[in-house]
Amino acid sequence: MDDFLAARSQMALSLGFHIIYSCIGMVMPVFMAISHYKYIKTKNPVYKNITQAWSKGVAIFFATGAVSGTMLSFELGLLWPKFMEHAGPIFGMPFSLEGIAFFIEAIALGFFLYGWNRFNKWFHWFTGVLVGVSGILSGILVVSANAWMNSPSGFDYINGKYTNIDPVKAMFNDAWFSESLHMTIAAFAATGFAVAGIHALMIYRKQNILFHTKSFKIAIIFGSIAAILQPLSGDISAKHAAKRQPAKLAAMEAYFHTQEYAPLIIGGIPDTVAKKVNYGIEIPGMLSFLVHDNFKQEVKALDTIPFKNQPNVAITHYAFQLMVGLGMIMMAMGALYLIATLKMRQWLNKGWFLKLYVFGTPLGFIALEAGWTVTEVGRQPWIIQDVMRTADAVTPMPGIQYSFYLFSFIYFTLSLAVIFLLQRQIKMVPELYDK
Amino acid sequence: MLTVVIIFLALAILLYFLLGGADFGAGIIELFTSRRNKERTRATMYQAIGPIWEANHMWVIIAVVILFVGFPEIYSKMCTYLHIPILALLLGIIARGTAFTFRNYDAIKGERTQALYNSIFVYSSFLTPLFLGIIAGSAISRKIDFEATDFMTAYIYSWCNWFSIAVGLFTVALCGFLAAIYLVGEATEENEVKRFIRKAKVLNAVAVFCGGLVFVAAETSGIPMAQWIFGNVVSLSAVMAASASLVLLWIVVAGGHRQLPRIFAAFQVSMILLSVGFTHFPNFLMEKNGHNLSLISTHANMKTIETLGTALLLGSLFILPALGYLYYSFRGRQNEQH
Ligand code: HDD
Ligand code: HEM
Ligand code: HEM
Repeated sequence: MDDFLAARSQMALSLGFHIIYSCIGMVMPVFMAISHYKYIKTKNPVYKNITQAWSKGVAIFFATGAVSGTMLSFELGLLWPKFMEHAGPIFGMPFSLEGIAFFIEAIALGFFLYGWNRFNKWFHWFTGVLVGVSGILSGILVVSANAWMNSPSGFDYINGKYTNIDPVKAMFNDAWFSESLHMTIAAFAATGFAVAGIHALMIYRKQNILFHTKSFKIAIIFGSIAAILQPLSGDISAKHAAKRQPAKLAAMEAYFHTQEYAPLIIGGIPDTVAKKVNYGIEIPGMLSFLVHDNFKQEVKALDTIPFKNQPNVAITHYAFQLMVGLGMIMMAMGALYLIATLKMRQWLNKGWFLKLYVFGTPLGFIALEAGWTVTEVGRQPWIIQDVMRTADAVTPMPGIQYSFYLFSFIYFTLSLAVIFLLQRQIKMVPELYDK
Repeated sequence: MLTVVIIFLALAILLYFLLGGADFGAGIIELFTSRRNKERTRATMYQAIGPIWEANHMWVIIAVVILFVGFPEIYSKMCTYLHIPILALLLGIIARGTAFTFRNYDAIKGERTQALYNSIFVYSSFLTPLFLGIIAGSAISRKIDFEATDFMTAYIYSWCNWFSIAVGLFTVALCGFLAAIYLVGEATEENEVKRFIRKAKVLNAVAVFCGGLVFVAAETSGIPMAQWIFGNVVSLSAVMAASASLVLLWIVVAGGHRQLPRIFAAFQVSMILLSVGFTHFPNFLMEKNGHNLSLISTHANMKTIETLGTALLLGSLFILPALGYLYYSFRGRQNEQH
């Protein structure tokens, strides 16, 4: 494995790992705050148990999220020193605000986890809310930093020099809103489905039904609403990407030849040599409609982009199909839940219904990883779109593959450890919370 | 604004050293506690650092962010030439943070799993500050060579030298010392207090010994340590203040004070950092061929520094009071009542 590939893989691995923990870290505190609120209002001890059980899970995820995030802030420099040397001062604004948000989050978490029976109950509740709010803020901020890489702004790039730097403008670049919105919704959808799935499994197995039913409900309501909003926000993202990164959009759609009435291709196997897609379903005019809101207008395809500036079409296309496909399934499941709770309450305890949501457990996180692959691979070969190539940013130190192997081993072990611990948490629910 | 940013950078490094350091030290103490007393030590330690450890470690993130936003060249050069020790530091941070959390939140407290978490926790508590010290030592050792062409000179000898390693050991000893003094104020039983005082004495001696090692290593590898420390008034007075505070510390310990010694210990460590920091200021990274990277001449453009400074000032309005209240709420004596 060459150093460049190793560096890219290590970055992708670290982010792909961190994103799971950080999304859970953003969303679980919100769920906890809801059940905590219900506990304070209704005094029903089940809600207290749910809050405490969840907060133990959160502590585990938070620690893994925090250490993997700390690693990332070093890895940016360890792997991409040339990128950071120039980009740091430009896109650093969201990172510095993020640092502050993390700090508040870490403080609030200390109060929340160790504050039972110690503080005024509303103060204690508020610290939990603060964990969620600052987590979501951090997510939005770090994604605006990533959006800057897709849509660089706030500086002039003249003869290889970065001048007229304006960090505030860089933070509010063209892509920050669509990316952050889509990301935040994705975090709710993915975490909502995952948590709901685990509780659905427990209800299906007839364990602690009261506890798990209430937990399921909180998680799935958020998950469903987010899953229904997700395609709408995805449409906004695609329109933005078409404007600022035509190569990315074309790769997502495996769309090779510029034309009017551009077709949307669903599925299929892109053949990059023959420049066509085999076995795909084409809907004529649909891509034009999605991008420009009318069926006729021309959409720029890969043939307008020099080959050396094109991303890997196959990966981007498959990842995009996967995300959208899962997004559609999740939207349907979200709608189904809303129908069930509003009109068809008898479904809620049916085996098939619960099994469906058990099956939904990993979907959101798979879609999330696929979505990031679209964004990141679709930006290649650029690390800063049209300004700096990824290959020019990589560290001069040789032997990166060993660090990649090491990191792969660590992340693999950590994931196993977290799964192991969660399993034990769930196993202990009857003993701890079932009196 | 540049001044504000530099002050925050210094503050973040200092606070990471004091708070994060005491945190690492708790693990180091556990490593050197006899099996009989381990359980008890662990319980006190957990009470003391459980609620605050996340916050303690945020300082390193603040320092890194200030570096890469405000002083990108320093950050990028350190990351390149000190890649390996930084990697080791990261491994330590991961292992330690996760093991600490896992051992407390594992729903089933099995003997073997707990033993595994414990050993990961204590060894990484030792390794992390060791590499932290190595990185700090390397930044001022003039062993980093921007003109190096071979792998060993560029990426190994830059940090793998006696001076850096001695600084690393010194850092470990100081962390242990800080933690012992901190835990004296947290312990609730008389016996335990005595034990931590004994530990503090031993670690104090070890720290003095390692400090001596740093001097010896510096002299043998041509680093003018003595001139750095004794060559200017500020560094000299800082070192003298540090020594004086050490004496005072043991006087108040003997007088039965439990919280006061912390202040002296923190003061002492701050003075050591001040002494070294002042001699080199504004240089942050000293290079073999004299391409020193200074905080004054390699900072980012002024607009970035302005926004960074503003963000830090605004942020500290929220963070400092909240952090103060966190420490206040979970301070030693408070824990007993619950
Ligand atoms: C639960 C996860 C999830 C689901 C169900 C979807 N997405 Fe997504 N998508 C993401 C999670 C995600 C993400 C969080 O992984 C990304 C990566 C960067 C970003 O802003 O969001 C993303 C990126 C992303 C991009 C690239 C944006 C860019 O590079 O700027 C587009 C065009 C879409 N999405 C479109 C969609 C559409 C049309 C969906 C229809 C159902 C959809 N996504 C469902
Ligand atoms: C957490 C969600 C993220 C995931 C899952 C993710 C995923 C990836 C992937 C798959 C790659 C490899 C692309 C390739 O080389 O083909 C990559 C590269 C990279 N990402 Fe992201 N990314 C995320 C967010 C971010 C953010 C927020 C930043 C910075 C602000 C960022 C910075 C980078 C950098 C610097 C690289 C390496 C250079 C490159 O390949 O462009 N990423 N990431
Ligand atoms: C290059 C990219 C990234 C860097 C440098 C980074 C850095 C960090 C750091 C240093 C932490 C630890 C802070 C703590 O102790 O609380 C952290 C945690 C966190 N990160 Fe990231 N991060 C990156 C990508 C992301 C992405 C893409 C997201 C979300 C979309 C995200 C969201 C979070 C959240 C919510 C936390 C809070 C910790 C938790 O709840 O687990 N980060 N990150």
